Amino acid sequence: MSAMPGVVAINTFREAVRDRVLYNLVFFALLMIGAAILVGQISIGIERLVIVNLGLSAISIFGLVMAIFIGVGLVYKEIEKRTLYSLLAKPIRRWEFLVGKYAGLVLTLLINTCFMTIGLAVALLYVDRSFARPDASILIAVYFILLALALVTAIALFFSCFSSPMLSTLFTLGIYVTGVFASDIRNFGALTKNPLLKTATTVIYYLVPNFHNFNSIAAAAHSQSIPFALVWQNTLYALMYVVLLLLASSAVFSQRNLK
Amino acid sequence: MSSHPPAIDIQGLTKDYPVGFWPKRMRRSLDNLSLQVQEGEIFGFLGPNGAGKTTTLKLLMGLIFPTAGTASILGRPIDDVAMHRDIGYLPEQPYFYDYLTARELLDYYARFSSYTAADRRTRVTRVLERVGLSGSLDVQLRKFSKGMLQRAGIAQAIIHEPRVIFLDEPMSGLDPIGRREVRDIILDLKMQGRTVFFSTHILSDAEMLCDRVAVLHLGKLRGVGAPSTIVSMDEHGMEILFEPSQGRSLSPALAQRATPVGGRYRLDVPEADLYSVLDELRLCDVRILSVAPLRPTLEDYFMRLVERRPEQPSAALETSTR
Repeated sequence: MSAMPGVVAINTFREAVRDRVLYNLVFFALLMIGAAILVGQISIGIERLVIVNLGLSAISIFGLVMAIFIGVGLVYKEIEKRTLYSLLAKPIRRWEFLVGKYAGLVLTLLINTCFMTIGLAVALLYVDRSFARPDASILIAVYFILLALALVTAIALFFSCFSSPMLSTLFTLGIYVTGVFASDIRNFGALTKNPLLKTATTVIYYLVPNFHNFNSIAAAAHSQSIPFALVWQNTLYALMYVVLLLLASSAVFSQRNLK
Repeated sequence: MSSHPPAIDIQGLTKDYPVGFWPKRMRRSLDNLSLQVQEGEIFGFLGPNGAGKTTTLKLLMGLIFPTAGTASILGRPIDDVAMHRDIGYLPEQPYFYDYLTARELLDYYARFSSYTAADRRTRVTRVLERVGLSGSLDVQLRKFSKGMLQRAGIAQAIIHEPRVIFLDEPMSGLDPIGRREVRDIILDLKMQGRTVFFSTHILSDAEMLCDRVAVLHLGKLRGVGAPSTIVSMDEHGMEILFEPSQGRSLSPALAQRATPVGGRYRLDVPEADLYSVLDELRLCDVRILSVAPLRPTLEDYFMRLVERRPEQPSAALETSTR
């Protein structure tokens, strides 16, 4: 196994840290502290529900913003600033560079999410004074958020290989939103009498990753258990899309002239 | 004949770029370039801006792909990534990760050569000292001047002791001291038996350093050879310095051809015409002060080449290499 992607990944993570990307954790911590104090005063009996909903949504949104905005610049920035030129003169293949950049951002998101989860746990502890067994579903919900973020990063990286950051942001965001509403789009297609529209919505449903599958925030907030089979299904589903997207990115980037 | 393959072997390398949005046209940046560089040579790649020098280097580094032609480095095709262990590259106007310090940057690049941590530390310190950055080991690159970045770029190109080093405008952005230091580094590399291929438009540097040079203009190779050979292959000439006799003025025909230098005149003539011109001058009753061969510089050669119309062949065109 080549060690080259690992070298690139560590540098990508270091770049995120030095660019003060993880400063968002401070905002998250303040949000959680503020919410815990406020919710404790205005809600009776549903403090946990509100805190979990707010915390998981914030983890998801903060992560999504990072995955898209850093992801779309992963390759583009290296080409624009010409840092890639001296790098590709080293014994590293283009696909190894891509996998390294991808792994570096996923590592950043993982650490970011871990710290946010700790923040959420502290806020919950402040409200509930103790943890209960159903709180384990929060960890599964966080894991699903991470899977979704890994998938979004792969989509952003793919567009970053051939498009400008602005267009890549639009495309990635477009696919994400379509993916969140994939089931609704298909249902809409099933209701219509237009066969063309029905076919189009079915194609979109199967082509675009279904991000709704990764949303377990409501279940975690209501202390509902999440089936273990879903964990495997979602893991394999995300993995399959990530591998396909990395292969596609590699195919595009390997042919690209770096002007 | 040497059994070793050439350090660099370029055969018919051509690159077209699409230009315009609609309709797209193809513009030829490099046209059928063929040349060979032997191991241990310092090879200068000369040409004005837009000649195709950077395009050639990018093609050799695999950053862009050729429209036609092939190239190999140390006998291995340019798409062989393993070959990159034996080459170093300084891009034109290099820019590096500015959040890293010089030490971290060099350590990062050294990791691609699979050295141990201890070996990397030693190499990084040594090479940064070699390029004159030992006082800035732990300074972030965002605080570096253009000249310091250039030095860091040279350091990353040589940290793994490559056999062939490609430098794109290595003197660019450097002050005279920096230029001299880079020249010393290049000569050091040659002493160590390494091959250096560098592009430049600073002709005095090329003349001083290179075993051979190639001149590129409008994407086409115009000449290859040793700097002394390449200039002497162009027009040979003689310089006649003379002054009019007391109280006499020059004939209008002569005054038109000669260049006034103080109270004297200079006349550059082709070597073949020397005696007929001297006879002519004697008839005009001028005092001949000196007759000396013209010593054209690489710059003279270069300027004549660039001013020549593209379709005109170069007098020094010698595409066959050693």
